[in-house]
Amino acid sequence: MLCQHCNQNEATTHIKRNINGHKEEMHLCSHCAQELGVMEELRMPAMSDLFGSSFLGNFLGAGAASMNTLAGIDRCSVCGSSFDDIVKSGHIGCSDCYDKFSDKLEPSVRKIHGKAKHIGKFVSYEESGEAEKIPQENELDMLRQQLQNAIKQQRFEDAAILRDKINAITEDGNE
Amino acid sequence: MNKWYSTQGNNSDVVLSSKIRLVRNLDKIPFPCKMNNELRKSVCRKIFAAIQNSELAGEFDLIELNQLSDIEKASLAEKGYITPAMARHNGYTALLLSKDESVSIMLCEEEHISISAVSAGDDLKSAYKKADKIDNVLIKSMKIAFDRQLGFLTSNPMLIGTGMKASVVLHLPAIGERNMISQLSTMAGKLGFSVKPLFSGNGNFYEFANEISLGISEENAIDNMNAICEQIIEQERSFRHQFIEFDDFEDKIFRAMGTLKMARKLNTKEFFELISLARLGAVMKSFNISCENIGKMIYYLGTASIISTAGGGLSADDADRLRAQYVRENID
Repeated sequence: MLCQHCNQNEATTHIKRNINGHKEEMHLCSHCAQELGVMEELRMPAMSDLFGSSFLGNFLGAGAASMNTLAGIDRCSVCGSSFDDIVKSGHIGCSDCYDKFSDKLEPSVRKIHGKAKHIGKFVSYEESGEAEKIPQENELDMLRQQLQNAIKQQRFEDAAILRDKINAITEDGNE
Repeated sequence: MNKWYSTQGNNSDVVLSSKIRLVRNLDKIPFPCKMNNELRKSVCRKIFAAIQNSELAGEFDLIELNQLSDIEKASLAEKGYITPAMARHNGYTALLLSKDESVSIMLCEEEHISISAVSAGDDLKSAYKKADKIDNVLIKSMKIAFDRQLGFLTSNPMLIGTGMKASVVLHLPAIGERNMISQLSTMAGKLGFSVKPLFSGNGNFYEFANEISLGISEENAIDNMNAICEQIIEQERSFRHQFIEFDDFEDKIFRAMGTLKMARKLNTKEFFELISLARLGAVMKSFNISCENIGKMIYYLGTASIISTAGGGLSADDADRLRAQYVRENID
């Protein structure tokens, strides 16, 4: 069969369209199909087009969508984001949003990161007393993780040293 | 001053470079997605001032991206100093670049501050040291958003915790030749790492990175990276030794070198494929050319970089010609 558009080349592309009940059929060669832009229509949309920037947002909002509608327009006082804005954009608006929407964000954070709690570099801008305690607790977590690793890798001498360090800290705390 | 990519690093037969990225935000200031241009500008200035008033004074140049042409921005993205998204960004953003170009700090991209430190070869620890030093200066002079449970707070919720991404650029021609990259990325994915092809998938260069930032300390994340990288390096080396026994493979390497020495036009696809083979030949001692020299070509010879170095106004075709000329003059 020849191409219906140029009547010269063999038709290789068969197009059927059904727009609101109006049916249309075309047999085209690859050259004409491209020229008429039919292939453009058929081209699969890119992943980013399908999900857009809201892919992560959908993820964040999943399960919380119903809560979100109930919540109305509760906005963060620093950046003015509503939880809906965060879900739509996939981006948190400011550091205060984490506090403001903590109960709604928590399930999503858990979905991304598991039950994990921050370990590692620690920053504290608090005054005196409290600031000293927190890093210690953090250090304890770090030591415990190192101990687990040492046991896994069968470095038992290191493990013993780490165990003693952990014991020393916890005993200090109990006194 | 010597640029970082012209120095020799550990395991440089397989690892081109190591990079640590630390993401930080200022407390009580909306994240960049919620900032207008004026706020962006004042925050960028504030961060630059903090650096200039510290022991790091004079180490960084401030580059305001709205002062650059599109091709200059694309060139910065090609070199990895900014993300492609930042190159396309319409709002006010800025880049702080160290004199040896080993540290680049993106300001007001997706996050307020994104510090990237690079070391040549397999050396995440020294890259981390460089990034950490800057981080400490910023933490001291500004209030950084931090939470006891969640760690450093970021606009992208995937990055909370340490806010650290560690990555290495690996040259894996032998694993690639065996079609084992997909296997490698499946395995890496299960362990919380990602494998991403570089240079549009030409030449078997890959970025290997950690994807977990919460619940693991910086030190442990780097140790894990190093342990798994070591295995990949060993695997690549053993495949290379098997390949080099074949005459056909040796022939392929020498032909690549021949083309690089003689070609009058090289497009990026061909260039990366050939330079990958030439690099393999260099580390297998088939011919005498240094990896640093090849590393330099890889960083200089992206299309946008060639055009922007030449002062703009060139077509991609002209760039292919200039690329071939540069290679002829620098490969010996």
